[in-house]
Parts: sequence; C-alpha cells; structure tokens
Amino acid sequence: MAIPKSSRGVVSEWLFTADHKKIGLMYIVYSLLFLVIMGIEAILMRIQLAHPHASFMSPQAFNRLFTLHGTTGVFFVAMPILFGFGNYLVPLMIGARDMAFPRLNAFSFWMTAFGGFVLYASFFAGGSFLQGGSAPDVGWFAYAPLTSTTYSPGHSTDYWTLSILLAGVGSVGGAVNFIATILCMRCPGMTLGRMPLLAWMNLVMGGLVLVTISPLTAAQIMLMVDRYMSGHFFDTAAGGSVVMWMHFFWIFGHPEVYVLIIPCFAFVSEIVPVFSRKAMFGYPAMVAASVGIGFVSLGVWAHHMYTVGMPSYGNAFFVLTTMIVGVPTGIKIFNWLATMWGGKIRFATPMLFCTGFLFQFLIAGLTGIMLATAPFDWQLSNSYFVVAHFHYVIVGGILFTIFAAFYYWFPKMTGRMLNETLGKWHFWIMVIGFHLTFDFMHIPGLLGMPRRVYTYEPGRGWETWNLLSSIGVVFQAAAVLIFVYNMIQSYFKGAPAGNDPWDAWTLEWATTSPPPDYNFAAIPEVRSRRPLWDIKHPEDPDWKYE
Amino acid sequence: MQIVGLKLWQKCGLWLFILLFCTVTITLAAPLRHAISPTNIFAPDSTPAHSIYRLSIFLLEVTGAIFVIVFSLLAYAVIKFRKRKHDDDSEPPQVYGSNQMELAWTVLPVLIVVVLFVSTAQVIHRVQDAKAPDRAVSVTAVAHQFWWEYRYSQFGLVTANELHVPVSDSKNPTPTYLALLSADVDHTFWVPRLAGKTDLIPNHPNTMWIDPQETGLFLGQCGQYCGTQHAKMLLRVYVQSREDFDRWVREQQQPANSDPSVAAGQALFVTKACFACHTIRGTIAAGKVGPDLTHLMSRDTIASGALPNTPENLRQWVHNPNAIKPGSLMPVPDLSDQELGQVTAYLLTLH
Repeated sequence: MAIPKSSRGVVSEWLFTADHKKIGLMYIVYSLLFLVIMGIEAILMRIQLAHPHASFMSPQAFNRLFTLHGTTGVFFVAMPILFGFGNYLVPLMIGARDMAFPRLNAFSFWMTAFGGFVLYASFFAGGSFLQGGSAPDVGWFAYAPLTSTTYSPGHSTDYWTLSILLAGVGSVGGAVNFIATILCMRCPGMTLGRMPLLAWMNLVMGGLVLVTISPLTAAQIMLMVDRYMSGHFFDTAAGGSVVMWMHFFWIFGHPEVYVLIIPCFAFVSEIVPVFSRKAMFGYPAMVAASVGIGFVSLGVWAHHMYTVGMPSYGNAFFVLTTMIVGVPTGIKIFNWLATMWGGKIRFATPMLFCTGFLFQFLIAGLTGIMLATAPFDWQLSNSYFVVAHFHYVIVGGILFTIFAAFYYWFPKMTGRMLNETLGKWHFWIMVIGFHLTFDFMHIPGLLGMPRRVYTYEPGRGWETWNLLSSIGVVFQAAAVLIFVYNMIQSYFKGAPAGNDPWDAWTLEWATTSPPPDYNFAAIPEVRSRRPLWDIKHPEDPDWKYE
Repeated sequence: MQIVGLKLWQKCGLWLFILLFCTVTITLAAPLRHAISPTNIFAPDSTPAHSIYRLSIFLLEVTGAIFVIVFSLLAYAVIKFRKRKHDDDSEPPQVYGSNQMELAWTVLPVLIVVVLFVSTAQVIHRVQDAKAPDRAVSVTAVAHQFWWEYRYSQFGLVTANELHVPVSDSKNPTPTYLALLSADVDHTFWVPRLAGKTDLIPNHPNTMWIDPQETGLFLGQCGQYCGTQHAKMLLRVYVQSREDFDRWVREQQQPANSDPSVAAGQALFVTKACFACHTIRGTIAAGKVGPDLTHLMSRDTIASGALPNTPENLRQWVHNPNAIKPGSLMPVPDLSDQELGQVTAYLLTLH
C-alpha cells in the first residue's frame, strides 16, 4: 500500500487491504457472523422438531431454514473460516511476507463475502420477511427439477445460484493463491519435505478446490440457462436429465467434504505434536495420506446416489472407492495416536478440542463406512442417520478443530491469550451438547425417519430421540456464547501472549504477536521441519535425523 | 497454563469416556429392539430388507470392533501420557516415525476393506440383479407432489396412496415388482421393513422388488425432499393373503357405485371442476392429476396417509386442503356449506 498508514481511516484500512493477515481475519470474522446465523436457524428447526406434529413454523419456513442452514454452513462458514486460517497462517509458517497474489487475495475474499450477502438478500427480496421472504427452499443440493421455473417460480433459486457462483469465484481465487504461495514462496531451506503439514494440507485443499468448483459452477450456469434461456439440460420433458445434475453436484459435493476436513487435519497435525511435546509421527506418511485422500476423494461422488438406480457394478465401484478413502484416513488417526504415545500431553484448551476431535472423528469415520456400503445406504440414505453422520464430521470434526485452532492461534493473531477457564467451560459444554444432539440423532434414522421433514408422525419411536437432540442444541448454543464472550473479553483484557506462548516449533511463533505487516524482519532460513526446535535444542536438533 | 487442574480434567475425561460408551451402546442397541418402531430397519420382513439387515449386522460387528480397539488406544494414550504435576519440564524422547508401523496400519485396513467390499458386492448383486419370476405381481408406482399413484396394469386398475400386495411365503413365493416413475420431481420409495430406498425420477424409470413374508400394514414415507409437503407424503403397504388380495383386486376392478340419493354431489363433482383432476371410473370424471377416487372409501386414510379417512376429515379436507397440508397442490374448491355437504356425501358412497 502506497498510502502512508497514518492517513488512512480504520475502515478503509480494512476495506482496501491486501495484507494476508487482515484478509485472513476478515474471513474469520465474516464466517463467525454466519456461524451465529446458521446456529440460530438450527435452533429454530430443532424447536419445530422437538415434538411430532408441532406447529411452531410453516413447512415453507422450515424448508427455507434447512436450505439456508446447509448452504451457509458449507459456503459461508466452513470454507471461508478455513480460508481465513490458511490465509493467516500459510505465509507465516513458510516464512513468507505475504501470499503470492495479494490483490487476488482481497478480490477472492470480497467475492465470497458478496456471495453470502446475496444469499441472505433473498430474505428481503419478496414476500413478507417473517414468512421467510423468497429465500430459497430447494435444499443445499438443490436437486433438479425442483429448481426449474415450474417448481421454483420467483427468484429464490436465482439468489441461491448467484451466491454460489460468486463464492465459487472467491474459492478458486483463494485456491490459486494457496497453491502459488506454497509452491513458490517458501523461505530458504524449506524444501517440500520440510514444509509444515499445515502447508501440505492447504496445498491439497487448494488442488481439490480448483478441480471441484468447476463442475459446480458449470452446473449452476446450466441451471441459469435452463431458467432464463429456455435451456433443456435438466428439463425432463424435453429429454433433459436430472441425474446429470446429481453427478455434477456430487463430483463437487463429496470432495468438498475433504476441502473442509483436510485443513482441519492440518490444525490437528500442528496442535497435537506441540501439546504432546513430540515431533509429528510419520510425517511422510501423513503427506502421502493427505495427497492420497485428495486423489481418491475425486472418485467417490456417486456414493451419494446409491438410490438413483445405477447398475449393480456401478454401485459396487463406488463402494470400493469410498472404502479405500478410509485407509489413508485411518493412517492419519494412527499417526496422531502415535504422536501422543510416549509424550507428555498438556491438556490446554486447544489440545482438549483436538482430543474431542479424535474420538468423534473416529465415530464419524465408522458411520461413514456403514454409509459407504451401498445396501446399508439404501436404508440410511437421506435419513436422520445421514444427518447425524455428517454433523459428526462437520461439528464433531471440523468445528471442534476450528475451535482448537482459535485457542491455539488467537494469541498469535491478537497478542493476547484466550481465557483457559472459559475455554474449558466452552469445551465441556460443547461436548455435552454435541453428543446429546448428534448421538441420539442416529436413532430416528435407523427407525425410518427421513431428513428434511418439517414435522413427523407420532408413534414411530422417534419422539424421545428428537427431543433429546433439541435439548442438546441449548448446550451447544451456550458453549458458543461462552466462546464469543471469551474472544471479546480476551481481545481487550486477555493475558499478554508473548511471541511463543505454547513453546511451539513452527515459524509463526518466531515473530511477534501479532506479527508486523512484513511478518519477519529478516526472512528466516530453516534446516528441518521444526526450525524453532532446532534453535531451542541446539544439542539435539531435528536436522540430524531428516 | 499448561498444567491447569489435570486431576479434575482427568475425572471429566473419564466421565466423557463412560458417557460416550453409553450413548454409543444405546445408539446401537435401541433400534435392535424390533418392536420399538413400525419403520425399524432392523425388523426386516422381506428378502431385500433381510439381505441388507444381515449385511448391516456384519458391518456393525466389524466397525464396532474397530471402534472398541481404536477408542481404547486413544483413551489409553490420553490417560497414560498426560503430563503429570510432578513431571519436570524436560521434553520426552523424540520419535519421528516407523515404517513397519505405517505398513501395518496400512495393510490391515486394506484387508478389512477387501472383506467388506466382497460381502457388500454380493448383497448388491443379490438384491439388484434378481430376475422377476413369472408369477410376480407388477405394479407401477408414480410419485406426484405429494401423493402416490399405483397402477396395476395386469389387473386394469388404478389406486392411490395405499399399495396392496400379496404375501410371499416360502411355499408360494409371489414377489411384487415395482416400476418406479415420477410425474414431477424426484421422490424416493422407502418402506424400511420391506426394502431399501429407490428413487422415482422423471424421465429415468427405476425398478425395485419386495416379497413380504407376513401379512399386515407396513409404513414408510417419501425419502427424497420433493417440495413443501415432503413430510406428509406417507407410504402405506398392505400385505394380504392371496385370497384377500384377489378379493381386493376384484372389488377395485368394479366401476364406482352410482347412488341416486347423492346425485346432487355427483353433479357438483363435475360442475365444480373436481373431475378435471380426479378419476371416478364409471362416471365422466377422468382427470389424471390427482388421486383416483373410484373406491375412495376402501382406503383407510386420505391426503397420502396424513389423515384417517373419516367423514369429518374428508369434509375438512375438501373444504380446505391447505389447512391440513399447507402447500398441497389441490386447489380450494369454491363450495357453499350445503354444497360441501353434498360433495362429501357423494364421496362417502365411493366404496
């Protein structure tokens, strides 16, 4: 920025910034805002579902809520928050001064941000606000032909399409930036084999985004053509195929899960070693497993489509590929376990959340194996079992590690520690709420309850479990409130963090908290995967063993 | 901060493990009690559902074993290797990896995957590639927003929302093959005790089969979000003995009753445009958009299973379908109270 800092106002300083740390923080704050919004949507839905035949809200309102809850969660909470952490951390951890393309970085953030605003503008765009305006009600995977002008008149679906197109541009820009930064901007001595696992996993994530956003964008454009230019891609009366939408959507949709979880694996791979006081066990295997998951996950999408009538060999193929993903995922869990083995584990809040993740992700993986099995999935597909499974991944896996990342890197970002006591309250209340809601949610699925129903019949054995799920939400909401309070309070009054509060080993801890605009006064030079370990233990540095 | 009250958190951790074990056990055990729900996937009564059930029990055993082993290892590591109060600040021995161990926890899961895949592929083949025997009953199910149409072309009859099929016992196997079509958007046919799901997709015909072993009523509902009233697109399958089923077929084949005492209602059915959507065989009403009403009163429910078929419910439904099923595609007919009574009286004669 050419303009001297003193002459810029705070607003324009953030609005026009191209600094990776500021953009990262904007991504994070933006996502937290939407996290609260989608949480409120979830609370409203759980009130409606607490009892059978409830009349808390109309079916139309409920259908809009679950559509927005899902779309928001994937595109405007999980992706931007992970892009935010990646933006903030990747240049610091590879010893760079910024991302490779700072202006593209700012552009990407604002595209994503506008996407979210466009989606929520639909609330105000037509109809009365309390009836949900004309917000989209087609579900987050929006199966054709429900999205055609016949079944979705008005503009709600257009808002949905447009918001995803905008966010897609932002994601691709971000992914290009991650890849270029990680491949070209590493500090001297940091070979690919010495790069922190966080950088490796963001590289894989970037590659996946590049490959998978394209079919999603293509599908959205086809839908636009159908809706506004009399196209027939999904017009079954004219010979179009709605199954094609499913293929396009899920070849994006399944790798998207890995786009979200791989950066979370990265958090765990940074936090677990530091708090176990041991080097990451099996670094090459972790890299190979991440890259392997990236490739294999591109060939598993149709396990979302076991019920659409694929031939038996087609179903069998996707059973095999899906189960194969379990192998590298298992390797990761075992490597984290081996890292903890023989360590001296400090259970500060970041490690608590990572420990919660390990147990919960184990369960999520095993229910995933059940769902991968086509015949079992013929029963479980689109049931509450699926809802429980993917919330185990997204809340029990992704959200828990994001909380861990907050407690771990907040000191670096703000210069102040988050309060540990509040952190522990946050963790335990979250654990209780999470398990109340999502453990019991599996059961109505096994008992025949489909998802996306605004109400359900009594007498099917679903009542107790739904009530318990709804009660759990109260705990989760309380936990998130504690977390938000902790962040605000600690931002102003938290204990000063110093450069390296966790006695960690990667480069971001070698600079001040928060880091200066230029990150490092002098570009560091590294000789191993844990440069700060080498400095702290000159008698036994890592580079001797690599 | 790294040594905050380890004792307390250790206790909390133990409680967490116990809690987790309990909830997982409940999660797995609760549905295994067959009587808990009329839509329990673990209470199969038809070959496809049975095949899935056996496979799912095998899967639960395998994944359960993996769960117990890995969970215990994790729990052990968390408890055993926690930093204790009297620990000094020295770093533990650094271990960077082990190729043997990486190999072990790669090969073992691969073996498990092979076993699971082979057993899964067999069940897929058995369920999906089963050939229909000559004596099979075939029914075409057409899904509409938000109700089900059943066409028995071999018997020349059409009905709605309540599927009747013959029982298929081992002495006399009579599976029912369903051709699945959709008139509008995507739907899914799901009666958990009889079979897994199969989608009904416009311009993409599918098939599935069931061979219920016992007579009785089997419940289910649409499994794919299909619009506003997806939740009340309920499924009812009546499995009858062969004699009962044949009698039902003969009754359904008859044209509608023509009772002169309800002629006013019958006339209103035409003048108020009901006939544009509904068929009543034996009259000029031949609409194809809504359910066939020829033998409406032979059905236990109306509104696709949402309401018991009582005279009062029927009157309420005709009066304002949206009050019962908001988003239902049936328009509100323009009927005075007297006319409403007449139309309802007419419908009540359609046995």
